[in-house]
Amino acid sequence: MTTFNQGARILSATLVAGALTTAPALAQDKEFTIAVSIPAATHGWTGGVVYHAERAEKEIEAAYPNIDVIVSTASSATAQVSSLEDLSATNELDALVILPFTSEELTGPVEQVASNGTFITVVDRGLADPSIQDLYVAGDNIAVGANTADWLVDKLGGEGEIVVLRGIPTVIDDERIQGFTEVIDKSNIKILDIQYANWNQDEAFTLMQDYLGKYPNIDAVWANDDDMLLGVLEAVDQAGRDDIKFALGGNGMKQVIEMVMAGDERTPISTPYPPSMIASAIYMTAAQFTGQAPMRGSFKLDAPLITPQNADQFYFPDSPF
Amino acid sequence: MSSIEIKATPEREGISIPWGSLAPFIALAAIVVLGALINSNFLAANNLLNVITRSAFIAIIGVGATFVIATGGLDLSVGSMMAFVTGIMILTMNGLTPSLGPWAILAGAGVALVVGALCGLLNGLIITVGRIEPFIVTLGTMGIFRAFITFMSDGGSLSIDRSLREAYRPVYFGDFLGVPYPVLITLCVVLIGAFLLYRTKYGRRVTAVGSNADVAQFSGVHVGGVRTMAFVIQGICVAVAAICYVPRLGAATPTTGQLWELQVITAVVIGGTLLRGGKARVWGTVAGALILEIIANVMVLSDMVSEYLVAAVQGTIIIIAMLAHRFTSAR
Repeated sequence: MTTFNQGARILSATLVAGALTTAPALAQDKEFTIAVSIPAATHGWTGGVVYHAERAEKEIEAAYPNIDVIVSTASSATAQVSSLEDLSATNELDALVILPFTSEELTGPVEQVASNGTFITVVDRGLADPSIQDLYVAGDNIAVGANTADWLVDKLGGEGEIVVLRGIPTVIDDERIQGFTEVIDKSNIKILDIQYANWNQDEAFTLMQDYLGKYPNIDAVWANDDDMLLGVLEAVDQAGRDDIKFALGGNGMKQVIEMVMAGDERTPISTPYPPSMIASAIYMTAAQFTGQAPMRGSFKLDAPLITPQNADQFYFPDSPF
Repeated sequence: MSSIEIKATPEREGISIPWGSLAPFIALAAIVVLGALINSNFLAANNLLNVITRSAFIAIIGVGATFVIATGGLDLSVGSMMAFVTGIMILTMNGLTPSLGPWAILAGAGVALVVGALCGLLNGLIITVGRIEPFIVTLGTMGIFRAFITFMSDGGSLSIDRSLREAYRPVYFGDFLGVPYPVLITLCVVLIGAFLLYRTKYGRRVTAVGSNADVAQFSGVHVGGVRTMAFVIQGICVAVAAICYVPRLGAATPTTGQLWELQVITAVVIGGTLLRGGKARVWGTVAGALILEIIANVMVLSDMVSEYLVAAVQGTIIIIAMLAHRFTSAR
């Protein structure tokens, strides 16, 4: 019922707006629907995405009563395609904010939605054909790796022996590792070992135990994600090894940001790849419709080091991540 | 015709013990030797203790799975169930800490055992009363338990109260006369499991139901009851594993225990228990769990395998172990 009413209202509003282009006051009355399609909360980072998307939904609906935000989560690429079909079948979408599960599988379905004139905002993972999107918001995975590596090279004085834990074999993981190793290769730091721990605390714990057993001296460890870092720290503490000067992660998980704030010596920094980027994207999309602020283009979030000085800007105590 | 079979099976096993049931232990020894040759650090006391301690989870859950599989059942929900029990346990402990202090740990463990047993009972009853294939039922409950832990943690992580952390930590990291507690707990679980399976009437019924349910039924065995009980035992084992698991990282996440069901089933089958039921090897299951954990350890310790190919080598070793098993037991 409600969707029909909404659709009807939007339709009539469009017709009226089309007829009377000289009446700007009407833009206020027009209702906009923004659909947000994101992965379901299956691990820490996507949990954060869902949290920030739902928060942004409430904030924007409160600030702009004429905007309706619909958040829809999907547990796989196929499920996301189905949910896109459902969303566009049941609503007249003015905008779609999507964090695609995979680039290739979602490109066609998103193009389909775009062909109806819907404003498309793509977040994080790009589509195979960038010409479909109006706005692109993403973090910088190469910078996540490179900035961490720069800091480490500086602190270790350009030499030492380190171990690395990788995530799940994906583009995200590849880019982080690429950014990191490119910087490290220019120094005299030696990467002793690099293995997958699938962004999983348990596997990171196990892998770190094995690293500790294999190498009598490790100067630093980089875990490419804060979830894994927690497992790493537990293994190091248990082994009572004090040769490890630095244990670093990435993503800006709240437990790790708390450590940074407290001035932890072994984990003094983190690098953000914030799930809150979904909120940035929803806000920018809303601005496209409410303000006279064109929002077309690409917006790449920086990955500045999170230090005790700026940690509070990256700290969301209520977020699950 | 079949009533003769059921009598014949135990007798035949009595005679042909040597190779068939020793195979998993021979495979274990071979992998240990391989590990020692690849990297001398493998035999370092610390490394061995680490590996044995962390194989406790799969071994404990595996004991329960040995019962379920021996009755001809299968439980795919154990990994998710472990995560779910862990979540309930952490919530209970955090909730009770203000009133009970460190005793909240005991209360949490008690709740975990009850919840585990109930989860197992749920699986068992749906399967026996509803007469649905265990594969489908536990596939369903696998999703349900996984969704519950994701819901409880909002997709993030669920941590135990800081004040309990130090008090509870030794249950995973502590030891008694040099033997880590998780290893002792595994030993207790295995001894109880072995006693139930090999020394009680219930144990004989488990294998009877697994080798031929119809015959067991005709001989007066309550097949549904035996099967349901096996799932309850599985649930309790999952809870015991959860009690050892929580002190390790002090948190549960939606990825806790992910794919453990496959590791558990692999450990049970490597150990010599028949996937189609009718034969149970509790000690073999422990050997299976150790084999899996040692292979993973050796992969990290060796520099020969590319990080991209580790899983392929692990898979190959498991298949070779099973082929060797088949070869030796066929004789």
